[in-house]
Amino acid sequence: MQLKRKDLLGIEELNREEIELILETARSFQEVSGREIKKVPALRGKTVVNLFFEDSTRTRISFEIAAKRLSADLLTITKSGSSVAKGETLLDTARNLEALGANLIVCRHRASGAPHWLARNLHASVINAGDGSHEHPSQALLDLLTVADRKKRMDGLQVAIVGDIAHSRVARSNIYAFSKMGAQVRVVGPATMIPRGIENFGVRGQCPQVFYDLGNGIQDCDVIMMLRIQQERIIWTPFSSLTEYSRFYGLNREILKRAKEDVIVMHPGPVNRGIELEPEVADGPHSVILDQVANGVAVRMAILYLLSGHS
Amino acid sequence: MRLHIKNGFLIDPKNKRDGRFDLVICDGCVEDVLPPGQKVAEADIIDVSGLIVSPGFIDLHTHLREPGFEYKETIQTGTRAAAAGGFTSVCCMANTYPVNDNASVTQDILKIAQESGCVNVYPIGAVTVGLKGERLTPMGELKEAGCVALSDDGQTIANSQVMRLAMEYAKSFSLPIISHAIDPVLAGEGVMNEGLTSTRLGLLGIPHAAEDMMIARDIYLAKLTGASLHIAHLSTREGVNLIKRAKEEGVAVTAEVTPHHLTLTDQAVGDYNTSAKMAPPLRNSEDQEALIEGVKSGIIDAIATDHAPHGVMDKEIEFDQAASGVIGLETALSILLQLFENKSLSINRIIELLTVNPARIAGLKRGSLEKGAMADLVIFNPKEEWEIDPSKFYSKSRNSPFTGMKVRGVVTHTFVSGKRVL
Amino acid sequence: MKPVLDAEEIKQAIQKIAREILEEEELLEKVVLVGITTRGVPLSQRVGALLKEAKGIEVPAGVLDMTLYRDDLSRLSTHPVVRRTEIPFSIDGKSVFLLDDVLYTGRTIRGALNALFDLGRPDRVGLAVLVDRGGREIPIEAGIVGIHVEAKKEENVVVKLKETDGEEGVFIE
Repeated sequence: MQLKRKDLLGIEELNREEIELILETARSFQEVSGREIKKVPALRGKTVVNLFFEDSTRTRISFEIAAKRLSADLLTITKSGSSVAKGETLLDTARNLEALGANLIVCRHRASGAPHWLARNLHASVINAGDGSHEHPSQALLDLLTVADRKKRMDGLQVAIVGDIAHSRVARSNIYAFSKMGAQVRVVGPATMIPRGIENFGVRGQCPQVFYDLGNGIQDCDVIMMLRIQQERIIWTPFSSLTEYSRFYGLNREILKRAKEDVIVMHPGPVNRGIELEPEVADGPHSVILDQVANGVAVRMAILYLLSGHS
Repeated sequence: MRLHIKNGFLIDPKNKRDGRFDLVICDGCVEDVLPPGQKVAEADIIDVSGLIVSPGFIDLHTHLREPGFEYKETIQTGTRAAAAGGFTSVCCMANTYPVNDNASVTQDILKIAQESGCVNVYPIGAVTVGLKGERLTPMGELKEAGCVALSDDGQTIANSQVMRLAMEYAKSFSLPIISHAIDPVLAGEGVMNEGLTSTRLGLLGIPHAAEDMMIARDIYLAKLTGASLHIAHLSTREGVNLIKRAKEEGVAVTAEVTPHHLTLTDQAVGDYNTSAKMAPPLRNSEDQEALIEGVKSGIIDAIATDHAPHGVMDKEIEFDQAASGVIGLETALSILLQLFENKSLSINRIIELLTVNPARIAGLKRGSLEKGAMADLVIFNPKEEWEIDPSKFYSKSRNSPFTGMKVRGVVTHTFVSGKRVL
Repeated sequence: MKPVLDAEEIKQAIQKIAREILEEEELLEKVVLVGITTRGVPLSQRVGALLKEAKGIEVPAGVLDMTLYRDDLSRLSTHPVVRRTEIPFSIDGKSVFLLDDVLYTGRTIRGALNALFDLGRPDRVGLAVLVDRGGREIPIEAGIVGIHVEAKKEENVVVKLKETDGEEGVFIE
């Protein structure tokens, strides 16, 4: 099994074998991150460019560390706001980077589909590090790795994703990821945050179940993934107030009792403590948030390594 | 000079002709329509055996982009594209720069069309000044200058009071109002149909309701005012139902549909194909079926291209930033013939909605080929295959959702007022 | 495929390796075994068992995957699968014996040495291989060789072990 792709744009396009290969490779890289000398020469001579048109410290740093641990040359370009939409376009920037010898372009962009468009126009590999409300494949893969490490199985797991599904790329990628691996996904949130057609989304026969009630949504769940309330991507406020949101859709110790005893609580970060997660839950025994961060580096090393082979 | 077009198969819905007829053209008009085999004295002969002869097509909805956006299209390139697609008359929308909201712009357009156009150009004036949805345009002067209808196409007149007054005022000058009916607030920042595909792509959707409720509003206002209302680019099943009910109640409403809404669904957006982005957006297969049914049953009056050329810099960008609109003049016939081939529509019906019906809506004395009529006609081979390649188009722009498709139907001749333009 | 060694001969070759390790490090105090994936791993386990038989001492054994240190990575169109490196003990100050099935160009050992030195600083590194088929492209030699086999450049020396292949034998193809 090898990954025969130029780009990684979403989980939608991956099959189960490809996902397993990436996870297996990531496990090998977990070991590298545990060493004293956390560096291997695998990507010596390759140039990785982090092209971040939207602010994201965590994902950017995670990709940076991953590239450095693989001995790649690394360049980070961050441009935020609308200066990119007009004038020097995204494609211009990317073509310049390619002319300068970039082999892998890690792209974060506020517009859904921007990395796809880059990928079609470039020879370099494009890795989607989050596009608009569309996908965030490396996040879903690190989430899978975190769950697999904890639960040792995927088939039949009950996974609840809670929050603004409509505007969440993390939700979309994770719905694909978990349902492709055989887990049953539920989406939980007020109807204003549940997008049209979600009940037919993802893998046929394993489309998400919709819950408007948090308690019912997490009942007997093995995994709860809380999404960050993304004020910046919401055009019309889909709820009345943060206080009310947190009362009805925030995860606290009390409501958590309705999930399985060994439930794990995940969050893509950064956590709005006191809004979607009670601090005691975020930092409590069920939380695997820091595992997610650590696994992020291993997964991104695996992605960079597997994609950099293409000729 | 007399022209004898012989051995063709004439389809002329207005005159209910559908069979082998020869046409004799002289001095820009149809001199005679003859059964085949007759001799015509002193005439050049064009033998069109195996081809279909039809009145030239009339497009109620074209964006020629001139003045102001000549990098997208000009009257010269747009009318050449029209001729290539078999269109002999185009009604050009007012969203130019400057906006066609006063007589001098209309006169300019007609002057340029006279100089550089090769088909008939009928300007559509704006309903409100600057398309702002506030102040009414001088509709009487626009009509005098040559406008055949009024529309703020591209913008919806959100203020119902303004729309009511516009309808009443337009009625005074016997001009129809063409409504681009999409509730701008409900559509919000949406960039495609709201549904599974928009959810899959993480793009903001435009619900059907945004269009349906605006069509309903305009129908109520047409009923209130007695004005002639024409609904542009119908895209939803409910829209068809609304038009049907309004017609049954005797409201003066007509409607058009585009070739792309008749043949594509939102799945054509695929992986962010900006050439499948337009307003209203491509809907789903239920809507598509209802639109075809609407054409079949006569609820929908006309097929219009909504030819909306855009430059590379408008389209080769992020999907949500990309301009809305697709080109259509050079593909309309072939795309519509697909509906004939798959037995959804008869060829006569298609031609009716491209000729006599749009002529009636815009009040044009064209669209038919009886003795004495203007000799606007198109001759095409319905069987000949070709592959859609916008780089070979006369249009300046390339934003076709049909790129790469193999289709049938090639226009071999186009005549405008007896003069061959293709 | 032409057989060169059978199961019995492999057994003897492995016994020779164990013997020579004991000759070099009689007390086994600082000895650790590191098998290079894939077939170096069962080799190191078998050698470990023989050493335990002889001295009653459990010698630590680890697994080293040198894929990430290959010198041809940038030329490959798809990157090979990375196996896990598992060396759950410190190699600092140890006497490390690297084990592999076939010594040919020496490039694998070059990569393995680099990988090893990213993990720590051993006192000494020895190399033990089941088969030395000649054909070196870089100046690396094994101190301990189970058996020497003559093979031409276009030939492939294939080692099969029960643990990884379900059968035992060394072949030339």
